[in-house]
Amino acid sequence: MHSESLKILLVVGALAAIAVVVPNTNSFLILLATRALAFAILVMSVDILLGYTGLPSLGQAAYLGVGAYMTAILATKYQFGLGYDFWLVVVFGILGGAALAAVFGLLAIRASGVYFLMITLALGQCVWGLAYRWNSLTGGDNGINLRERPKFGLDLSNEVTFFYVVFACFAVSLLLMYTLVRSPFGRSLAGIRERELRMKILGYNTWLHKYIAFIIAGAFGGLSGVLWAHTAGIVSPENVVLTTSVDALLMAVLGGAGTLIGGVIGSFIVFGLREYLSTIVPWWQYVLGIVYILTILYLPTGLMGIPERIRQRRASAQRRNDAKKLAPAAS
Amino acid sequence: MNWNFWIIQTFNGVSYGALLFLVGSGLSLIFGVMRIVNLSHGSYFLLGGYVALTVIWTTGSWLLAIPVAALTIALLGLAMERVFLRPLGFDPLRQVLLTVGFAFLFQQAALDIWTGNNFDINPPDALTKSIVVGGVYLPLYRVFMIGTALAIGVVLWLAMEKTRMGAAVRATVDDAQMARGVGVDTSRISMFIFALGAFLAALGGVIGGAFLGIYPGLDFEILPLAFAVVIIGGMGSLGGAAIGALLVGLADNFGKALFPEISYFTLYAPMALILAVKPTGLFGRE
Repeated sequence: MHSESLKILLVVGALAAIAVVVPNTNSFLILLATRALAFAILVMSVDILLGYTGLPSLGQAAYLGVGAYMTAILATKYQFGLGYDFWLVVVFGILGGAALAAVFGLLAIRASGVYFLMITLALGQCVWGLAYRWNSLTGGDNGINLRERPKFGLDLSNEVTFFYVVFACFAVSLLLMYTLVRSPFGRSLAGIRERELRMKILGYNTWLHKYIAFIIAGAFGGLSGVLWAHTAGIVSPENVVLTTSVDALLMAVLGGAGTLIGGVIGSFIVFGLREYLSTIVPWWQYVLGIVYILTILYLPTGLMGIPERIRQRRASAQRRNDAKKLAPAAS
Repeated sequence: MNWNFWIIQTFNGVSYGALLFLVGSGLSLIFGVMRIVNLSHGSYFLLGGYVALTVIWTTGSWLLAIPVAALTIALLGLAMERVFLRPLGFDPLRQVLLTVGFAFLFQQAALDIWTGNNFDINPPDALTKSIVVGGVYLPLYRVFMIGTALAIGVVLWLAMEKTRMGAAVRATVDDAQMARGVGVDTSRISMFIFALGAFLAALGGVIGGAFLGIYPGLDFEILPLAFAVVIIGGMGSLGGAAIGALLVGLADNFGKALFPEISYFTLYAPMALILAVKPTGLFGRE
């Protein structure tokens, strides 16, 4: 239990550092961190499925899309969600993501492994197709521009205030998801990941467990979408396209699946590379591609798995040393 | 909406389906043999088109561009399978993620080498004419596409059904472990199939480049369509890929013509439904 509380302390410390340091930097870095935090909620929702339930989702952008489009359409068509009712939109976004996941889950949860990957891809493409083609509602290829951020006591058009709002939403999400995966429910999800048949034999309704996990992931995806819409100021089919789902999945793997916080690290690294490196060098995407490939080849447990690997290497080196010392004595 | 509309739309749908067959059949075979979803398949399509452009710019020969592009990309696929995918062993999720990593690399490489401009691959003049059948003008190039896909389909079918190699491939699709047990070199089969898939996708890129154009982003546009073909047809089944390609080609064309606002939805929703009811696709083997 000691190392667990140390880890929590480390995470809290790192987050506190972000909350203190980022607002004192320039607006470029503040926006970058805001984006990374908003997207990190989506990546963590992918991790709930991939890391804790063993379901690789390749259509998670759909839920971000629902939240984002809902926010944009309510704001531009009905002037709704630009005052205190912003928090209502947050609730709607969460419910919208959950509702979509409840529908999609009925289809997707039957499959597992690569088949789950493909069915979530197909479902994600359905949402993309609607966003791209349903001009009268979504603005088609051009998307929807949000002209202003909400104002209610707090003025969210102030980048630092907005950063803190996103940060707060992120922190609450992290806490909720952490509680979830540590709960008995989360434990049984991990059991399903390891060996579904055994869980079934033990009397667990594995379908229902996976279905609920899928809906919860969708709800957080919706929340991420609401925040993303106001962060980016524009919602377009780009947000629900296949590559966005791929990004979310790869960020989770890069940081380390099944760790939650790994997805956050992955999100920060990728957004950092993409938005910071791209201003310095033209070949930034090579770096991103190579980082992905090297991670998958050599670090299947992601960046969060590095300490564990070092420990194992040390332990095995230790064993080898002990064996050497013992060998002469034995002969 | 008279008869002409239906005939022309059907013809367009079938010719689009012919193109999708080239991309989808390779993807389907790769899935059948290796149980992985190759997310860099769209990149092979796009890179095939780009290599063909380079050949056309340097030699001026469209006919030469087809084999050169297809073989170059086949070699690329072969190298990728040997050097990166094979060492991962049987780990589909990591292999799939690896192919995405490569798709991003290829995207950037294509942007650097061929810039971000839109290009068209211009076929020889002889193929740009139209023929008139019963008062309907049919572009000759689309007829050529259908012919190519048919020819490729027949050759593939003969190779799969009548040769020893084909039998080994089918055995691997059905049960890789058993195939290995009776002495089939499944590692070589998967190398061969991966290269063949890349070859077919690149061929599709060259041929499709004439009417889709060649531009950045095309790779991830064609990929989900190829998936739809594979899923509707059934994974690892050549005949299924043909039927799937035809259905997707028609659904895409009629969807865009009849219900433009929900056209992609009418394509992907059935795909999701089929997957949910029968995960191996309509004609896939259990």
